[in-house]
Amino acid sequence: MIKITFVDHSNVRRDVEVPEGLSLMEAAVQNLVPGIDGDCGGCCACGTCHVHVAPEFVDRLPPMDEMENEMLGLVGTRDKQSRLGCQVKASQALDGLVVHTPIGQH
Amino acid sequence: MNATASPYSSKAVEEANSIPLDQIDVADTKLFRSGTIGAYFDRLRREDPIHYCAKNSLYGPYWSVTRYKDIIEVETKPLIFSSEAGGVTIEDGTLALDTPMFISMDPPKHDEQRRAVSPTVSPETLAQLEGAMRQRTGEVLDGLPLNQTFNWVDRVSIELTTQMLALLFDFPWDERSKLTRWSEVASASPESGSTVVESNEARMAELGECLAYFTRLWNERINAPPKFDLVSMLAHSPATRDMTPNEYLGNLILLIVGGNDTTRNSMSGGLLALNEFPDEYRKLCEKPALVASMVPEIIRWQTPLTHMRRTALSDTTLGGKQIKKGDKVIMWYLSGNRDPDAIDQPDTFIIDRARPRQHLSFGFGIHRCMGNRLAELQIRVLWEEILKRWTKPMQIEVVGAPEATDVSIIFRGYKSLPVRINA
Ligand code: HEM
Ligand code: FES
Repeated sequence: MIKITFVDHSNVRRDVEVPEGLSLMEAAVQNLVPGIDGDCGGCCACGTCHVHVAPEFVDRLPPMDEMENEMLGLVGTRDKQSRLGCQVKASQALDGLVVHTPIGQH
Repeated sequence: MNATASPYSSKAVEEANSIPLDQIDVADTKLFRSGTIGAYFDRLRREDPIHYCAKNSLYGPYWSVTRYKDIIEVETKPLIFSSEAGGVTIEDGTLALDTPMFISMDPPKHDEQRRAVSPTVSPETLAQLEGAMRQRTGEVLDGLPLNQTFNWVDRVSIELTTQMLALLFDFPWDERSKLTRWSEVASASPESGSTVVESNEARMAELGECLAYFTRLWNERINAPPKFDLVSMLAHSPATRDMTPNEYLGNLILLIVGGNDTTRNSMSGGLLALNEFPDEYRKLCEKPALVASMVPEIIRWQTPLTHMRRTALSDTTLGGKQIKKGDKVIMWYLSGNRDPDAIDQPDTFIIDRARPRQHLSFGFGIHRCMGNRLAELQIRVLWEEILKRWTKPMQIEVVGAPEATDVSIIFRGYKSLPVRINA
C-alpha cells in the first residue's frame, strides 16, 4: 500500500493508504477526502481534480502529457506544482506523497 | 405518472426500430416534441453509434455521436473537432452572431479568453454570492400562493434566474427584465422562424442597446473600488480590462445566454422529475442532505442543451467511421446521458447516485461549461430553501401536463408547469 497525504485549504491533513496504480483522484474520492471532485471520472476532461504537489515530490512525478497541460491551462490557480490528480498514479516511488487541494474545483 | 413504465410508447419504439438506418434523421424537432427521440437514440447507440445522416436533413448532412464515451473522445480532441470552424450548434450561424465568444473559438484564443473570464464564477466568487442568492430565493418562495394552481415556470424558474443574473452583474434591480429580454434576443434566429425579433437588423439594434447599457455600468465601476460582480471584475482585471467593446459584448452575451434558459429549465425539470418519481421525492424529504447529489442528477435528467456541434478540421476516424475534413459532427448529450454503458439505469431519476456528476449536460474538455458550479449552486439553494418551507413528500404537486418550450433543436425545457403547493 502507498501512503498519500491530502492537505486541504485550511491545512487539515488526511492520510490514506491505497494500492499501487490507483490515481490520486480515485484515492481521494474513494476515501471521501474532500477538495477533489473528479467530475469526469478520470479521463482528463474536467479539471476538477487539481492538486498542488508538495515541492519535494514535484520532480519524482511522471511528466505530464499534452492533454493534462491543456486542461490545467484553464485552471486559474495553476502554479509550478499543479497536477491533475487523475493523471498521477500511486507508486512505490511516491510513497509518502503530500498534495494540497484548492479551496474549490470548477 | 408511473415511474416503472417504459419511457416511450411501444408504437414509438416500433417505428424507431423499423425505419431503415440510413433514413434516420434525429435532428427533427417533431421527434423532440413528441418525446419519442429517445427511442431513436436507443437504437443508434445499439446499432450504429456514430451515424451519418446523408439524407436531405434541414441542417444538411451530419454525423450523430450517440455514446457517452465517443462524445468524450470528440470533446477532448479540440484540435481535430473544432468549435470555431462552424460554430457549436447544428444550425449554422446561431449563437455565433457577429460577436466573438470563446465558446466558439479554438485554442489558443479560447484558452486565453476563458482564463480571463473564469474567475468571475470561481468558487471564491460564488461563496460571496451565496448569501444574497439564498435571501432572494427565500423571498420568491415566500411570495408563492398556497393551495391554488400557478405556473412554476413563471413564478419560480424565470423569476429566480432573472434575479440571479441581476445579482451576478449587480444590475439595477428594477430594470432586471432587460436581461431576460437580451438573452432571448441574442439566441433568437429570425431566419429559422423565431418571432422574438423581426429581423437580424432589429436584433443587432437591441444588442447595441445592451452594449450601451453595460458600457455605462463598466464606466461606473471602473472608477469605484473592485467588487464581486461580473462587470466590476471584468473592468478591474488586468486580463480583461483592455477588451474591445465587441469582445465585452461577446462575453456578456455568453454569460447571460449561457446561464439563463439552461438553469431555468433545470429548475422546472427537477420538480417535474420528483413528481414523476415519488419515491425519490420521499427519499429527499427524509434526508434533505441528498440535495447535493440530486442537483447534478436533475441536470443530467433534464439535459437542457440537447447537443453541441463540432466541425472536423482534418480527416480522422471515430469509432471505426471515416470522418472527412469539414464534416459536421453532432454530440448528442441527450443520448449520451441515457447510455446504459456509462450510467446505471439511465432512464430512471435517482437522487442518490454514487458519482452523480458523471453526466454530459455540461460537456467535457476545454469547453466544459464554465458556469457549472454556479448553475449547481442556484439549483441547490432553491431546493434547500424549498425543503425548509415544505417538508412533506409531494407537497409541491404538479397538477397538469407541462407545456414544452417553442420548437428548438438546442434547448429542452418548459413554458409552463401547473403546480399547487398543498399547505
Ligand atoms: C444547468 C445549466 C447549464 C448547462 C446545462 C450548461 C451547459 C453548457 C454546455 C453544454 C456548454 C458547452 C460545452 C462544450 O461545447 O463542450 C457550456 C459552455 C459554457 N457555459 Fe454553460 N451551462 C449551464 C449554465 C451556465 C451558467 C449559469 C453560466 C454562466 C456563467 C454558463 C456559462 C457558460 C460559458 C461561458 C460556456 C463556454 C465555455 C467554453 O467554451 O470554454 N453556463 N455550458
Ligand atoms: S477527474 Fe476530470 S480531469 Fe481529472
